[in-house]
Amino acid sequence: MPITLRRSKKAPIKPRSASSHNAAPLTLINPYSEKPATIGLEHMTYEQLDEFGRELDAVRQRVLDDLGQKDADYIRRVIRAQRASEVLGRIGIFMPFFPPAFIAGIVFLGLAKILDNMEIGHNVMHGQYDWMNDPMVNGARYEWDNMAPAQDWKHGHNYIHHTYTNIHGMDRDIGYNLLRIDDDQPWYGTHRFNLPLAFVLMIVFEWGVMYHGIELDQYLQGKISKADFQGRKKRAMQKIRRQVFKDYIAWPLVGLALVPFVGWWAPLAILGANVVANIIRNIWTFLVIFCGHFPAEVQTFAEEDAQNESRGQWYLRQLLGSANISGHAPFHVLTGNLSYQIEHHLFPDIPARRYPEVAEDVKRLVEQYGLTYNTGRLSKQLASVARQLAVYGRKPSDPYKIGNSPESKALRRAKREEATRRAEALRGTQLTS
Amino acid sequence: MGIIRSALTSRPVRSLVSPNSIDDYLEQVHPMLAAENVRARVVEVRRETGEASTVVMRANGAWKGFQPGQHVQFGVEVDGTRRIRVFSVSSARPPKGRSRTFSVSVKAHPDGYVSQFLHKELTPGTIVYLSQAEGEFVLPREVPSSLLLVSGGSGVTPVMSMLRTLSASGHTGDVTFLHYARSRDDEMFTSELDELTEVPSFRVVRVYTRQPAPDAELQGRFHVDHLKHLGIDPVDTLTYVCGPAGLIATVRDTYDELGAAEQLRQEYFKVPSVDVDAADATGTLAFDTTLVEAPNTGATILEQAEAAGLQPDFGCRMGVCNTCAVKKNSGAVRHVVTGEISADTDETIKICVQVPVGDVNIAL
Repeated sequence: MPITLRRSKKAPIKPRSASSHNAAPLTLINPYSEKPATIGLEHMTYEQLDEFGRELDAVRQRVLDDLGQKDADYIRRVIRAQRASEVLGRIGIFMPFFPPAFIAGIVFLGLAKILDNMEIGHNVMHGQYDWMNDPMVNGARYEWDNMAPAQDWKHGHNYIHHTYTNIHGMDRDIGYNLLRIDDDQPWYGTHRFNLPLAFVLMIVFEWGVMYHGIELDQYLQGKISKADFQGRKKRAMQKIRRQVFKDYIAWPLVGLALVPFVGWWAPLAILGANVVANIIRNIWTFLVIFCGHFPAEVQTFAEEDAQNESRGQWYLRQLLGSANISGHAPFHVLTGNLSYQIEHHLFPDIPARRYPEVAEDVKRLVEQYGLTYNTGRLSKQLASVARQLAVYGRKPSDPYKIGNSPESKALRRAKREEATRRAEALRGTQLTS
Repeated sequence: MGIIRSALTSRPVRSLVSPNSIDDYLEQVHPMLAAENVRARVVEVRRETGEASTVVMRANGAWKGFQPGQHVQFGVEVDGTRRIRVFSVSSARPPKGRSRTFSVSVKAHPDGYVSQFLHKELTPGTIVYLSQAEGEFVLPREVPSSLLLVSGGSGVTPVMSMLRTLSASGHTGDVTFLHYARSRDDEMFTSELDELTEVPSFRVVRVYTRQPAPDAELQGRFHVDHLKHLGIDPVDTLTYVCGPAGLIATVRDTYDELGAAEQLRQEYFKVPSVDVDAADATGTLAFDTTLVEAPNTGATILEQAEAAGLQPDFGCRMGVCNTCAVKKNSGAVRHVVTGEISADTDETIKICVQVPVGDVNIAL
């Protein structure tokens, strides 16, 4: 029997307006002050920021209203291409006796993994195709061919990274707790090895993404509960078992059937092919993702500046905090249209194939308000990222930028004490009232 | 085929295609080819009397068959979106052997997107997406010697499947079918019901509530006198009733009074009506998994769920991150930013930016 809660009076439906949704994300609301956020004031006034937000809302709605068969057909075509290249890849790597087919197989398998992770997995898990109501492309249900379990990746990416984009101390994707990529990040000794560390991360990227999703650092800082952390660990272990079993045990075992015809090394060749295909995907996804937020001139923000931000400021932060990569149509498909990182951050839940069309509107607004639209070829953006890694890997002269200098420690202590004092003051007012 | 099917869904194969399923690959070869996903090809769309259509389909091998009286989730794709509705199977259960052809019958509701689509646009050859047959409203294995089937309006469809099955299997026990429709024009399956009156062990009584037939045995809505007239003692007659809530309530009250509640099996046929321009929050917000219900307060579904003591997942609370996305089983919702209303059954929504309009059922 359903349990029914009774409430006597009928309540009015909230008015049809975005007013309540012009508020900042929950944790960005400053409970002590109503002072509006300062983001974007160097470019426009508060009225202009609101207008900017309304214009982008309108662009989003225009695309949503237009979604239909062509978008459904598109994602199904991509899925078909992904399945085909995966099957071709698996067949190809079963021909280690014929190198051209074997190598083509590795390439196809790598391509299949790239398509699955980028244009399909990443975008589907943003809920871009939820409107189709097809379980195959449902964001809540999709699991990708990647070491990171979808659930925890979605939390860290869709929620944390896409909501608190480029805010220091909130967006865990600034340097992934491993690299120093921005002047406002504290410097530690390990950052001397920024470039080699980034290279290693590139090769094992899917493992890095998985590890990032376990959130060990958050647990050690007491920001997530033990149960939450253990859940993350458990899901990661389960996904690792499945992925490792499939690519490095099950398929090579099937390859045992080749031993009489090819030789004892056939399963090893298949194992190696799987390793290489995974690395191809790792390198590609790493390159695309690092070019999205880490080139020079991409802005980062302090939590204080973003507090009480409006919807327009939220949009502006997304725009200033992202960078595009220019290229041809097939290139954009391979990046999952994350080459349109700016448009993706403005509208993470509209189908990615619409980003080129939306970019026209974004550029128009950028021009209108005198903003910067950060875009460039892959080589240019990569060079910029590499330069950033090299520059910010060096020890800064300012002691406040060094993480474990006495000055920084004192600053952090002061901040902690301030927070405790405020919390106690708040508790005091609650008790007296 | 059974061996191949179980091999394809076995653990070794699953682990080789993980995280996908074998169906994700098979359907690329042919949309009907699947180990687990039930699909069917429309064979024929028949216009019935009373603005209704019967869709005859042939399911793929994943279909496990049905019991007369069961329903099936029926999904059809229109302009890229899969629309899912629950329809009763109306055909007779095929005799042993595995015929996979069956039909559903649907009354075209004036505002019903899918029922209108079936009535006007669905063509043979279309592939539809199904669930396995579901529902407890089924005949027992051993049908007792006296049986009463009561239906109202389009509630006739599951009962029709029972009647057809009983008739085809040469059932010899007494079967009384008492059907209420507004008028003869409004009635589904009119000619077939006329024919069923000829079956010796069947007694088919139809009551037209608005335009009664001149020589009608019974008149008006269901009443205990109708049972008396038919000489039926509810206490020892297994009874099935399917139709609008009003009919079921009357029949149930009658059976309760006569102490025959145990004999009654019931199935609701609801036609939801929604006033999308309502200024006040109306209706009930039902959370399907936790079985909690609360009157709609007009706040977002996420806020109402939290107020009701649930702890749904959420992230940004501004419609960006999709963390709170859940299935809405039924009802209409309005987007707080755009004001857009969506009323589809079984669609995924972000509950942080949707307000219920009327009765809404959420999978939380």
